[in-house]
Amino acid sequence: MRSWVTLLCALIVVVTVPGLAGHASAQASDLRFPQKVEAGTAFSVSTTGSGSATLYIIGPGDTIRRVVHLGESISFGPDDLHNAGHYVAFLVSGSSTQNAQFEVTASHQAATLSFLAKPSRLPVNLPNGVSGVAYVFDIFRNLILQPQQISFELSDSSGRAQIRSATSRDGVAWVKMNSAAKAGPAQFQAEVASVRNKRVIQQVPGDPCSIRMTAHGLGQKDKARVALETEPVRDCNGNPVPDGTIVTFTETYQGGQSMVDVPLKRGVAKTELPSHNGAVISVASGVVMGNEIRWSGGL
Amino acid sequence: MTGSRLLGIILIIATVVLVVMGTIHPNQSGAMIADSRARLIGSASSPQDAVNNLMQQIGRRTWEAAYASLANKGEFTETEFVRDLNGNYGSLRSYANLDGFDSQPLRASGDEAQVRARMRWASVVGIFEDSRDLRVVRNGSQWEVAWPIVREAKVPPQVIPVNYLRWDVVYRGAEDDWGAQDVEAPHVRIIAMHPVDRGGGVVILGEVLNEDVVPAFVTVKASLLGSNGSTLATEDSFDKISHILLPKQVSPFRIDFRNVRLSQVDSVRIQPSANLVAASADPVIGIEGQKLTPLPDSSLTGSLVNQSGQVVNVAHVIGTFYDNKGQIVWVADQYPSRALLPQTPVPFTISLPADVSNKVGSYRVVASTYSSSRFQ
Repeated sequence: MRSWVTLLCALIVVVTVPGLAGHASAQASDLRFPQKVEAGTAFSVSTTGSGSATLYIIGPGDTIRRVVHLGESISFGPDDLHNAGHYVAFLVSGSSTQNAQFEVTASHQAATLSFLAKPSRLPVNLPNGVSGVAYVFDIFRNLILQPQQISFELSDSSGRAQIRSATSRDGVAWVKMNSAAKAGPAQFQAEVASVRNKRVIQQVPGDPCSIRMTAHGLGQKDKARVALETEPVRDCNGNPVPDGTIVTFTETYQGGQSMVDVPLKRGVAKTELPSHNGAVISVASGVVMGNEIRWSGGL
Repeated sequence: MTGSRLLGIILIIATVVLVVMGTIHPNQSGAMIADSRARLIGSASSPQDAVNNLMQQIGRRTWEAAYASLANKGEFTETEFVRDLNGNYGSLRSYANLDGFDSQPLRASGDEAQVRARMRWASVVGIFEDSRDLRVVRNGSQWEVAWPIVREAKVPPQVIPVNYLRWDVVYRGAEDDWGAQDVEAPHVRIIAMHPVDRGGGVVILGEVLNEDVVPAFVTVKASLLGSNGSTLATEDSFDKISHILLPKQVSPFRIDFRNVRLSQVDSVRIQPSANLVAASADPVIGIEGQKLTPLPDSSLTGSLVNQSGQVVNVAHVIGTFYDNKGQIVWVADQYPSRALLPQTPVPFTISLPADVSNKVGSYRVVASTYSSSRFQ
């Protein structure tokens, strides 16, 4: 894309500069630019001849027009060329034109790091569940294509950390890491040189594990109903399952059934159902079954 | 010439005769309820006439006249009568119109008769039926209906403590770095799927689970693929699903394809999609006293009990029916027409096709709710 833009700009210059058309392609290239220039560095280019001329430089996102004196060096400051890419230069003097092509490369000094961490929320204990992708840029937001050593660190809420490093290739480095066994926000950090970028990964409890409930009659309050309550629901790593998780109580009795979906509140789910002597009451959450109770205290 | 003149005279006479007949014996069927123009309401000289007259008044919402015509108006107020028919608390009935009715005499004696009135109410979610067995009594030369009032339960003044739990979502901002994360969409999973050939079409039955820790707005889309991989049809579950699934909640879904035979289908592509939404964990609805009614009125009946303190305007009940091997054989639903008041049972009936009724070994019912005072 950039090369097309460059060519288009060059074409515009050729058409708009009087006397340039028909000569540019025929002129030998005496303009001696370095083949590669690092973005943000100062450099100079020598010229030959006498009198004044106009220098045009066209590159990705940069266009420079400068009147120069032939025979003197043309100096470029650190801020003159900062977008990496392919550049074309034309030196126009009367009917003669000299041209040159050169590359501006990204600075080797990393200045910013764009860090993509996916997903932002995942269950605990998931192997290779977290992926981190880092893009290294210089101070001018040019992607640094030279290999860079990038360090990735994923630390869970208890402070335990997994550290991996990866070498960037064409400006990109990525890793995959395991989610921790402990639920909570995890800090995921990428670092190159002294540049860091941090993301937060929410590590959430997995499926409930061994759901247990108890049942008791309501006594004089309401003899026709049975109160059901789970013990605090945890996943298989001991993390409390978050409030709002649905627990389903099902009561099956001769010729009928009652059920209710109850959200966990403060770690437990509790409800009341009609009391039937001999009813079998079961509890489940999602696809995980809990214990069963045969109720013998009903009407 | 003579023949055509004779034909013209016959047509004129026939038209006049039909107009006279129509005036003397107007059609009393419920199909005329939608006509907003005032109609002649005949005298209640028979029990069925009395019922038909009452139904027409109900259809036109002339509550005062309908109430005045009742034999037992001393037993309840006009407001209670209107609430019985028209609902309250923004329930489905509040926005329904009587679309039609049938009246069927059950028994009759000299001074008393019983007539079954089947009212068909048109609502935003379709037609629902309300069947009442009406006692009709003679009062002089006229018959009057004794209305079987269904009084709305009154919830005693009380305080119901509820620890409300809800999820709010903050999405990434426009000014965030392009690498900054957004909140992750919920993860949902199809845990059962069964295509069946039915009624000249294909029906996809299944269940979807929200396996995440956040609420999800779920839709399920299915495509039927032919043997050459071409798409035969694509449909979604529309309202045969509970769209808002809280963490670890399971909803059945049913997707109907008309005019496609199962023999044409090589494979089925199911695409569940889930969006993160703000939601509330309340109200909790108990589904009690579920009972299968065998043929000929095969259905699943039960009652919904709102265990929270908030009024639920409209509830939606969806039943999943399994055979003895645990495979889904049908998914059906119903919208009860009355609002769910706190701690007050509201009956529901999910009709089952006759051929499915024999196969049902077990079932599972879920209820979703809509409250005007709630964001969800």
